[in-house]
Amino acid sequence: MDVLSSLMDGFATALTPMNLLYAVIGVLLGSAVGVLPGLGPAMTIALLLPVTYVLEPTSAFIMFAGIYYGGMYGGSTTSILLNTPGESSSVVTAIEGNKMAKAGRAAQALATAAIGSFVAGTIGTALLAVCAPIVVEFAVSLGSPSYFAIMILALLAVTAVLGSSRLRGFASLGLGLAIGLVGMDSVTGQRRLTFGQPLLADGLDIVVVAVAIFAVGEALWVAAHMRRTPLQVIPVGRPWMGKQDWKRSWKPWLRGTAFGFPFGALPAGGAEIPTFLSYVTEKRLSKHPEEFGKGAIEGVAGPEAANNAAAAGTMTPLLALGLPTNATAAVMLAAFIQFGIQPGPQLFASEGPLVWALIASLFIGNFLLLLINLPLAPMWAKILQLPRPYLYAGILFFATLGAYSVNLQAFDLVLLLVLGALGFMMRRFGLPVLPLILGVILGPRIEGQLRKTLQLSAGDPAGLFSEPIAIGVYIIIAIILIFPFLMKLWRRNHPAPSLLSANATRGSEPTDVTRGNVTHASHRSDGSDGGDGGDAGDGDG
Amino acid sequence: MSSSPSLTSRLKGRSELGVALLLGAAGVVVLVDALRLVTPYSQSDPVGPKTLPYIVAGLLIICSVLLALNVLRGGQGEAEGGEDVDLTHPADWKTVLPLLGAFVANILLIDWAGWVISGTVLFWGSAWALGSRHYVRDGLISVALSILTFYGFYLGLGIPLPAGLLKGVL
Repeated sequence: MDVLSSLMDGFATALTPMNLLYAVIGVLLGSAVGVLPGLGPAMTIALLLPVTYVLEPTSAFIMFAGIYYGGMYGGSTTSILLNTPGESSSVVTAIEGNKMAKAGRAAQALATAAIGSFVAGTIGTALLAVCAPIVVEFAVSLGSPSYFAIMILALLAVTAVLGSSRLRGFASLGLGLAIGLVGMDSVTGQRRLTFGQPLLADGLDIVVVAVAIFAVGEALWVAAHMRRTPLQVIPVGRPWMGKQDWKRSWKPWLRGTAFGFPFGALPAGGAEIPTFLSYVTEKRLSKHPEEFGKGAIEGVAGPEAANNAAAAGTMTPLLALGLPTNATAAVMLAAFIQFGIQPGPQLFASEGPLVWALIASLFIGNFLLLLINLPLAPMWAKILQLPRPYLYAGILFFATLGAYSVNLQAFDLVLLLVLGALGFMMRRFGLPVLPLILGVILGPRIEGQLRKTLQLSAGDPAGLFSEPIAIGVYIIIAIILIFPFLMKLWRRNHPAPSLLSANATRGSEPTDVTRGNVTHASHRSDGSDGGDGGDAGDGDG
Repeated sequence: MSSSPSLTSRLKGRSELGVALLLGAAGVVVLVDALRLVTPYSQSDPVGPKTLPYIVAGLLIICSVLLALNVLRGGQGEAEGGEDVDLTHPADWKTVLPLLGAFVANILLIDWAGWVISGTVLFWGSAWALGSRHYVRDGLISVALSILTFYGFYLGLGIPLPAGLLKGVL
């Protein structure tokens, strides 16, 4: 099957008037929720899931593609016009972008973000179209043992690599896996964690879980810490760039793309690392290093491109392996499952037209973003001034509506409230949200693969290691898990001055406390490195 | 460590221990629930329905213990920031509790009074809890949103939200 001809077929599907309309709706909706604080693409897609049941899956996914890219772009608008980034992936954009806006160059900052996103998104989507079939070709040969290993890797990587505290990440993962256990066991039909409640027998609806954790938890959290003095939104006209700006932007766009895509495609990629790498690189390569920290356009162009390329990269493991690596992809995976579509290597064979239409609509969505967002930037800036009581009341209103409309039972709203309270607690105590969501969604799939693996090997645990890929993945897992301990060992042998003083203040329990202090100090230092607590993945605006 | 005289002072300001407690409780619940399952040994399913719950329970309990130790030794989770979040002031329960009230009211009302009424209560109540004092404007927006979503879902999506008390009117 030829990539180009399949892609052309995809364009033919995606460019029908109805599907184009859904793409436009998706892009507008995505940008709006990306711009608005408190909302993100993951939550929006979760909320829209029940609504999209009446649509063709193709149309639904075309809309989701628009929301996905729109949300990414909208997030950067917010971080340029307000100084507080809502998504961890736009933290870096905020550094230079907001400085530019304050210096009266908001139009140029938004323009380089928009055009950079377009360039990176287009290249990233092209890479996706080329890479995904290659990954599929490789992936069809994989059996259950390999899938089991790869999914474990994704869970551990997201838990252990992202976020500021590994311990809290694992706690969140445990809660997510426990939520995923609820309901009837698929093999034996026994009810797990249902407490005799028949309404729980089908398990917790992923829509309810996602909406509760993202939307209700966020609304409650913001309500508890509502900013008393509203933030200053910097007014902006139509974005444009001068010749000099173009000259300084195009290379960072390309370099940012090169950073973003591979990281997005990795199991624990995410957009934080590549945006940061891109920023550092641009700062080093810039002919105007003195402008960095005062509003250098390269510092917006590079990270924005990296952010969007990572978004495209994330689609590769999702489509080719059925492996989500960020919150939005996780919710999209749930959407595939709810439509009765199994993502993974078979997807390209069994649902070829849908996949290619989805990829084509990623191209279209990107183009629409550029077309729509350049003229609409002033409107997005106005949206930012929506009175906060209406914004968060609206979030609760639509969260309730979305969760209720799945099964039309008030019991789901009780679950929404309980899980929303859990989401509140997680935000309060710094438990990252992403491991929980991935645990809920991947947990049952991991269990399925584990059972299939041991069924094939007739109960012999050696079956887990029966494929070379599985063994390779386990080695990577071991490295990820052991690495921090090696670091700790290294730090103990080369103690930093701060650690020494920490030990000196608490010398009451000599042997044990020394170890404990090292542990907690390393958690703390990790925390301060991680920026301002944005460890919830890029779906949680 | 519990024998140390500074126990109370250590517990002070360590509300995060509650998280450890919650994790531990969740772990125990998962464990007890898994013990109750019966698994006839079967050749086709050597793993059985108990294995994953045991692993999850173990993970939760280990995390619970480690988190408790971490907190007692001064570790602290980083509260999440955001555009509208100002972490410099303590949690404002005077906002959160009425907000929860509006949410619970909606749960209690939705099946009996119907979505249009319960949705209105939810939006108006939430906006009020969050500090909006434009009573009339809020009311109009609430009613409009509820009616629009009711008809939108019914006509556009074929999802019949409950009409409740207003059955026949709508």
